[in-house]
Amino acid sequence: MTTSTGETPAIEFRDVTKRFGDNVVLDGLNFSVPQGQRITLIGPSGSGKTTILRLLMTLEELSGGLILIDGDPYTHEYKGEKWVKVPEKRRRVVRNRVGMVFQQFNLFPNMSVLENIIESPVHVLGKSKDEAVADAERLLDKVGMSEKRDFNTNELSGGQQQRVAIARALAMDPEILLLDEVTSALDPEIVADVLGVLKEIADTTDITMLLVTHEMQFAREVSDRVLMFDKGQIVEETDPETMFTNPSHPRTQEFLKAVLG
Amino acid sequence: MSDDIQTLIDRLPRLGEAVVVTLELTIGGAILAAIVALLLGFGSRTRSLWVRGPSRVVVEFFRGTSLVVQLFWIYYVLPAFGYEMQALAVGIVALGLNYGAYGSEVVRGSIASVPKGQWEATTALNMSWFHKVRRVIFPQAWALMIPMLTNLLIQLLKGSALAAYITLHDVNYWTDQLRRATNDVFFSYTAGLLVYFAIAYLLTWGMNWLEERAKRRLGRGTKKPSLREALRVKPDVGSESITARGSAV
Repeated sequence: MTTSTGETPAIEFRDVTKRFGDNVVLDGLNFSVPQGQRITLIGPSGSGKTTILRLLMTLEELSGGLILIDGDPYTHEYKGEKWVKVPEKRRRVVRNRVGMVFQQFNLFPNMSVLENIIESPVHVLGKSKDEAVADAERLLDKVGMSEKRDFNTNELSGGQQQRVAIARALAMDPEILLLDEVTSALDPEIVADVLGVLKEIADTTDITMLLVTHEMQFAREVSDRVLMFDKGQIVEETDPETMFTNPSHPRTQEFLKAVLG
Repeated sequence: MSDDIQTLIDRLPRLGEAVVVTLELTIGGAILAAIVALLLGFGSRTRSLWVRGPSRVVVEFFRGTSLVVQLFWIYYVLPAFGYEMQALAVGIVALGLNYGAYGSEVVRGSIASVPKGQWEATTALNMSWFHKVRRVIFPQAWALMIPMLTNLLIQLLKGSALAAYITLHDVNYWTDQLRRATNDVFFSYTAGLLVYFAIAYLLTWGMNWLEERAKRRLGRGTKKPSLREALRVKPDVGSESITARGSAV
């Protein structure tokens, strides 16, 4: 359960399998992410990258194996000599450490920008409203959205919505942040803005990050490690420099050639 | 004709009482129907077969049987099993269960049309199920369901006229009494039509106001509804007008 440095990993996948019907998306996957590390998952679509994030957010149930967060049982635990599902009440305690930003933003249209951000800090974390508002304003400033505080979410452009969604995820003070193709739904000229915001967060916090992205330049700048996926397996795992300049696995070479042209 | 009008004027106080009975049935029935619709609507969405199964059975039973027979059954048959209720309570229970069953389909459909991403975001923000539904999902589904609920409410109002057959002195009963007194079928039933129409119009007006408010909360309403818009008999439902069609009787 510990890495070579003796520190408990932030995330650990043990023999994780995920099937949708007959379709095996992940097959006995093992990997762990040390605290504070930034990991980019790359690979062709259908290779299981997004599924990993969705399993970490408990948006999908595992078909087999288990996931630990900081060494704590998140999906399953050993009890009475067998593995059983962690009950929702205790799972929620662990889930508080995980946040996610989605491709489609998923802001709540029935709330203003500010309300979107403070909803869970107030009602889930139990912060006072004043404190939550102060935190939200600080975060809105960080993502450059202070002026839109009281706007309706549908008055915002895609890029603006995504920046609010990033602030909303950060307001929960996550230890782990999952970024699922967060720029894929944005116009090309907006992408740089959002990536700039993420870069700053990466530079100024020690949040563990898992990102699925097609922005290879960005992945190269922020990640400590890049995992290349194919057919639910990690085929190559290395530092970004090596991965993008000198990949060893033929599947990686093929994939990067197709993506980078 | 002037005799008719004099008779009508003499009977206005009783019309007031009759309208109160009709409103008690309608509003009581609507409140019960709302509770039933929410319980069954959410019940039929759960994964647990133990909740979903009975929910479906109740919905199909109340949709599939005649309201007037349900009314008589609760009023005449249920006392034989030791459950005796006042006529007004019987009316409210029958209307509430019947329209609640229709309403549950509206609730279920509207909840299902809230995008999946909204549920996922609530999970990512670690909300409890109740919190998700109350603060995020229901407010969005509510705006979708109001036009269909308006139809059901109006049908419930008209269905309440059956209560006259279980001794309640509602608007239907008053109309019939007016016919006896005037011996003028045209006059009395036209008066009855107008009274029901007036009540239905008021209810529609209230529901339109709720709809505009719900839309504005989602930032979809254009502006505050003008009086004219709010008073429109037919709400502007456009493509949303998938009505939960059901016969009142």
